[in-house]
Amino acid sequence: MSQDHSMQTQKVIVVGNGMVGHQFIDALLNSDQRERFEIITFSEESRVAYDRVQLTRYFETHNAEDLALTTQAYYEAQGVRLYLQDKVEHIDLHNKTVRSVNGIELTYDKLVLATGSYPFVPPIKGNDRENCFIYRTIEDLEKITNAARKGAKVGAVVGGGLLGLEAAKAVKDLGLDAHVVEHNTRLMAVQVDDGGGQLLKEKIRQLGVGVHLGKTTSQICDGEECVHRMEFADGEVLETDMIIFSAGIRPQDALARQCGLDIGERGGIVINNYCQTSDPDVYAVGECALWNNRIFGLVAPGYAMAKVALAHMIGQSAGEEESFTGADMSTKLKLMGVDVASIGDSHGVTPGARVYTYFNQPKEVYKKLVISEDNRKVLGAVLVGDAEDYGTLLQYMLNGIDLPDDPETLILPSFDGAAKPTLGVAALPQSAQICSCHDVSKGDICSAIQNGCCSIGDVKGSTKAGTGCGGCVPLLTNVVNHQLEELGVEVSRDLCEHFPYTRQELYHLVRVGKIQTFSELLEKHGKGHGCEICKPTAGSILASCWNDYVLTDDHIGLQDTNDIYLGNMQKDGTYSIVPRIAGGEITPEKLIVLGQIAKEYGLYTKITGGQRIDLFGAQLHQLPEIWDWLVKEGFETGHAYGKSVRTVKSCVGSTWCRFGVDDSVGLAIDIENRYKGLRAPHKLKFAVSGCTRECAEAQSKDVGVIATENGWNLYVCGNGGMKPRHADLFATDLDRETLIKYIDRFLMFYIRTGDRLQRTSVWRDNMEGGLEYLQKVIIEDSLGIAEELEREMALNIGNYQCEWATTIKNPERLKRFSHFINSEETDSNVQFVKEREQIRPANELEKSHIIAKAG
Amino acid sequence: MNDSWLAVCHLHDIAPNTGICAKVHDKQVAIFRQGKGQDLYAIDNFDPIGKANVLSRGLLAHIGDSITVASPLYKQHYCLQSGICKEDEKVKIPVYKVRLNEGAVEVLAG
Repeated sequence: MSQDHSMQTQKVIVVGNGMVGHQFIDALLNSDQRERFEIITFSEESRVAYDRVQLTRYFETHNAEDLALTTQAYYEAQGVRLYLQDKVEHIDLHNKTVRSVNGIELTYDKLVLATGSYPFVPPIKGNDRENCFIYRTIEDLEKITNAARKGAKVGAVVGGGLLGLEAAKAVKDLGLDAHVVEHNTRLMAVQVDDGGGQLLKEKIRQLGVGVHLGKTTSQICDGEECVHRMEFADGEVLETDMIIFSAGIRPQDALARQCGLDIGERGGIVINNYCQTSDPDVYAVGECALWNNRIFGLVAPGYAMAKVALAHMIGQSAGEEESFTGADMSTKLKLMGVDVASIGDSHGVTPGARVYTYFNQPKEVYKKLVISEDNRKVLGAVLVGDAEDYGTLLQYMLNGIDLPDDPETLILPSFDGAAKPTLGVAALPQSAQICSCHDVSKGDICSAIQNGCCSIGDVKGSTKAGTGCGGCVPLLTNVVNHQLEELGVEVSRDLCEHFPYTRQELYHLVRVGKIQTFSELLEKHGKGHGCEICKPTAGSILASCWNDYVLTDDHIGLQDTNDIYLGNMQKDGTYSIVPRIAGGEITPEKLIVLGQIAKEYGLYTKITGGQRIDLFGAQLHQLPEIWDWLVKEGFETGHAYGKSVRTVKSCVGSTWCRFGVDDSVGLAIDIENRYKGLRAPHKLKFAVSGCTRECAEAQSKDVGVIATENGWNLYVCGNGGMKPRHADLFATDLDRETLIKYIDRFLMFYIRTGDRLQRTSVWRDNMEGGLEYLQKVIIEDSLGIAEELEREMALNIGNYQCEWATTIKNPERLKRFSHFINSEETDSNVQFVKEREQIRPANELEKSHIIAKAG
Repeated sequence: MNDSWLAVCHLHDIAPNTGICAKVHDKQVAIFRQGKGQDLYAIDNFDPIGKANVLSRGLLAHIGDSITVASPLYKQHYCLQSGICKEDEKVKIPVYKVRLNEGAVEVLAG
């Protein structure tokens, strides 16, 4: 390497645009040395990097964009040269050049091999027959889907590891009869021991997947009932129409091998602690790299390698800190709804290792704790059916924390009066990794707090901790609170200067004290006259609790911009009108009425995202006339102005759709009518899809329902807006009654505990205990409040009224609906111009012309 | 100059803790009733930041020592006594005199 390179740019070629290759590029783009490098990358696939860990989700969405980690446009904007569907086929180490299949020849200064791995297909006779697939790319999944569409009825997966089980789930979700064939005598043999494997097998079988253990396939030939017949070494057979090989991965090292880089005996590109290969200008990262004779088949170590390689390449590497010295392979995941976790030495192979096991057959929970000979340290663990202890045990293991006197208490369930020993966060060293997704240590969190973060939200925003899988949020919360206490920080969670309470506390005060008005609340619990923070909050709480008419003398002064005139104020002070169209279903007659009204009043008309019709440009004095007309024609308010239940979007469902499994429109209408007008900390959007094609996009809603063959699946806490969040699968295969019961409880619990203007997605992300906690409260009634929540919902539903129907009958209230209290005139500042045959607000320049002309 | 008091409405035309807009000669005046009594304020109805005649439709907000209105468009607070915008003190809107005369709300907007 020359010494005077500081001023000239260096050319970096990244071979492979998978997760790790992209991570390397992205980190380089975000480094302050970015300007020194010209970046080029090759991908043999047809799309830029996507989330292979979540690959199976493609079967649910069939939308590659959902999985995308980046876009071509981003690369382009950042000046990254991208060659898609092109593969580097030759490297010349001596002349530092690469050549691609498409004939592109380039020189490089630094080369990064991120070629990943390929699935191992066992050398079985017949493994190349039709409908034999692998499970690695989106293209593979498309082939599998096509085979299912063309009539395959039975699908077998060869390999009972992590990926194999995911593939089996996908096969089952495609509607096929699914089987897993594993040559080992247990599933997930690498991570789980015999006890855990046994329980896992039972659980997977209960889900309707055939499990065939200890089966070595000797050949695949023509079947009698199906396309194939798999013949096993023990003489048994399995007939299937489709076979997916998922029997482990092998490092993709062919290119490195061909150009003469050092390769391990059993494959893998040999790297040192800086991720350099045997050629110092060539790095290898991710699943193709072999460090200390080990391949790391998880994404987190791959990301760690990318970080180390980058630091070394840009010359920031200073000693031990930025070197790769192996990675912890502990994992926690949910397989077909079953929690499985494995930590460290899960098989107890360390000499002298001692083992505790807890097996609860009725509850289907298996836990094993492996500790050191001297009873002092955690060496490993296996958790199946309940992985709640994962975070704590992992910290014990990673940080060598001394065990409590009775180590078994760490895996035993806690009973009343005998609380589980909790891991004091003070005991964690600064280096302890709290968030593994974003590699955030306790030290990082402490410095974030020292630099001014004073809440979980701040720390999340500043360090990204807890924003990946979310599994570390409870621990993160403990660490943050502990640090804040250490610093003597008292964090104010007061709503505003008038109330020294949180929204949740105020809700409780209103509910328990049966407080009916804001002035009563202010008198008993607050001070001053209130402001634009506490007034609408109180207004919303009062409405959630008692569901009174919002424009009474007591409540009117609390209503925010939109609620006070029951319309959505637009930039020019005019309003938009959105009548309720439950489930998006509307008769031609009603559609015509909307057209007539829009025409009569010259309103701009647009279809909303929630399957309704929005009429814009109505002035205050027109609102009562328009609503009078609407109410007479059978419309009611759509509450588009409120922090309340908005719409229940639906697909057309089984009534018309060839693929529909259940009546999504019928359910959507019922749900919308049940919860219409329900006021909450923020707006609520629902959707119902009639099958897993998910045309209603229910998984981006606060409450989403999807029909399956066995009932309704309920999703909660999704969001599509500013910060999209995929909804969590909350409960499956529900009948209608149970579904409604859960939604009742869920909504009321959110209304009780949500913060001001906190969407369900953020509420859920901040919830200690996460999804499991929420499920316990709602489904298992762990707080004993389920009945109360249902009762509160019933009261709310019972008190429903269409606010517009009430308002147009109230002359006193109608007085407010004119621009001037003392004149019939309208606001001369409201001016429209035409665009695409409809009105729009005039801009300032246009307004001055219009007013000049009139003058 | 219009320097005489103009009656625009009755006190009970303004719901407690809300505002209304009155046309006073060629001006739009936002009149607010703080509380349930006779505590009245009058400012110009035009929001110079949102550029629309909407302030009468804002929420009354008690910030520190002053009574303000939060603009319904972008939520800036305008002090009802000084007309000064809390978020940007360079912005100041006209303030008018308002009084109650035998149940009638009167405004002086010269």
